[in-house]
Amino acid sequence: MKPQTSSQAGTFESSDVIFLIEPLPEKSGRKIELFSTVLHQYGESFKKTVVEMLDQYEMTDVHLIARDKGALEPTIKARLETAIKRSLGIHEGTVI
Amino acid sequence: MLNSLGREIPEFIQGIGTLEPFQGAWTKLRKGWMDEPTIPAPNKAYLPHQNKLCNSLEEAIERSGPHNGMTVSFHHHLRNGDIILVKTLAILHNMGIRDITLASSSLIECHDPIFPFLCDGTITRIYSSGIRSQLGRAIAMGALDIPVVIQSHGGRVRGIHTGKVQIDLAVIAASAADCEGNATGASGKSAFGSIGYAVIDVRYAKQVVVVTDNLVDYPCIPLSITQNFIDHVVVVDSIGDATKIATGTTRITNSPMDLRIAKLAAEVIENSGFFVPGFSFQVGAGGASLAVAKFIREKMKTRDIKGSFLLGGITSYCVDMLNDGLFETIFDVQSFDATVSNSLLNNRRHIEIPAALYANPFNCGCITNKLDVVVLGALEIDVDFNVNVITGSEGYVRGASGGHSDTASGAKLTVVACPSFRGRIPIIKKRVHTVVTPGETVHVLVTERGIAVNPAFKELEENLRKAGLNIKDIHDLEIEVDKITGVPDPLEYTDKIVGVVEYRDGTVIDVIHQLLEKSDYKLY
Repeated sequence: MKPQTSSQAGTFESSDVIFLIEPLPEKSGRKIELFSTVLHQYGESFKKTVVEMLDQYEMTDVHLIARDKGALEPTIKARLETAIKRSLGIHEGTVI
Repeated sequence: MLNSLGREIPEFIQGIGTLEPFQGAWTKLRKGWMDEPTIPAPNKAYLPHQNKLCNSLEEAIERSGPHNGMTVSFHHHLRNGDIILVKTLAILHNMGIRDITLASSSLIECHDPIFPFLCDGTITRIYSSGIRSQLGRAIAMGALDIPVVIQSHGGRVRGIHTGKVQIDLAVIAASAADCEGNATGASGKSAFGSIGYAVIDVRYAKQVVVVTDNLVDYPCIPLSITQNFIDHVVVVDSIGDATKIATGTTRITNSPMDLRIAKLAAEVIENSGFFVPGFSFQVGAGGASLAVAKFIREKMKTRDIKGSFLLGGITSYCVDMLNDGLFETIFDVQSFDATVSNSLLNNRRHIEIPAALYANPFNCGCITNKLDVVVLGALEIDVDFNVNVITGSEGYVRGASGGHSDTASGAKLTVVACPSFRGRIPIIKKRVHTVVTPGETVHVLVTERGIAVNPAFKELEENLRKAGLNIKDIHDLEIEVDKITGVPDPLEYTDKIVGVVEYRDGTVIDVIHQLLEKSDYKLY
């Protein structure tokens, strides 16, 4: 699916993560930027979670920024799902 | 060579010397006398009415005979409010002194300004109980060629009187002092309470300078530090910011998680078999452990139990318990907030003690040996109950050995209270990164999702089970937490040793390797 708008979900709090999504022109591909306090220990697993969910929503042309302060996997998934749905316009919330 | 915990320890390190591997918490002490001799300070003579007052810290340092390769010591009772350590080292740096060994009883965030001196050869060795913040990061990255030596509070005393750390100049900040150098931390505008860690420096250093911002008429009482050891006295505008001594690890938590852990820890103590009239008690200053005091106080009142003494880092909670009549005595080696100074000054049952009496293993018995219950924190703990309080999950040096291993070794019941994970990083590991306190001295781990008893203490486990507490095998707890957080990828280190962790008896319990720097940002 193609993101309609920029969106965000999450907070900068400890044990949380904030996702920012912005649509890119067609055929741009994915650009994923990850800042994390636990990047050394969980960087690869974090990336896997993000890629799987983007695949699930068939989002290909997207710029995604994540700032993670040690969120657990269910938190990461919930925040990302919300950000995706907001960008698709199927979930209302903070729109930037 | 491997020590008894299976940690690889080199036999010799340039700049430190031959290392003796750790062989067990009490192995070395068992024979009752030590091979290490005491190396005293030189004898001196002062003439009647000779003047010790100097016009400035510069003058006092100049008169103490500074030289390359010297060892300079400090105490950390002003915690994050201290300015004398940085000032002294800046003066030595400006005099062109190089190759200094810094022997502070601890190093805190406020000491970050000495970082450039690590890079330019002014400071080449560090002995300390703790290292944090920018310094801890720099040490982990290999800023010094010679590894830092981490000592417990008791181990530091042993290191000084056995001459492993030979102090050339001790600079002692005091909130009140007289012209002869009698000094205390219990009164004055910068009062910080007990000056217990500095007493050993004063006795064994070749030169001692007392620095105060409050010169009082002779004599300065109480005589926490006495004039017969003091060479020079300096009056400065300020020794630091006493309002900052309560920062860092001394905050009393209001986090629901920490309060839950504290409540469980208090229930463990209550049902352990050691919560009896006349028991003695110590709580650490970090996270959940401080809150345990609050719950223990309530339980003592409810069950009408009166204890013997409170020990260690003393907070206003401890003072309240003394004033309530719940404990007979406080032994105070370090005071954590302002109200503690008043109590120390005015209550004769609130007794200032030197670090040697508190925790030194090489004497006829320190007070930690008389301890019944201690509650401690942990950065990591492993399935063998070994505790790390020195290196963080990101690999930096970011904590302090403090009295952790001293009290654990002495207490009948050592409770480690900590969350099972922090910011996605599991606290319970298969193997801790750095051992500070050996598992054989830890009785029980309390986390928010279960209590694990060291299998060596069957009776304790039985007592806690009978009380209906949620007891789990520590291996199961470790697996349970890993399932929540995911198994973290290991950090990467080089072969270079950047830190040596001494056990309190001077043997080496672990070493810290240089961390490979990695960014916290990645573009995919």
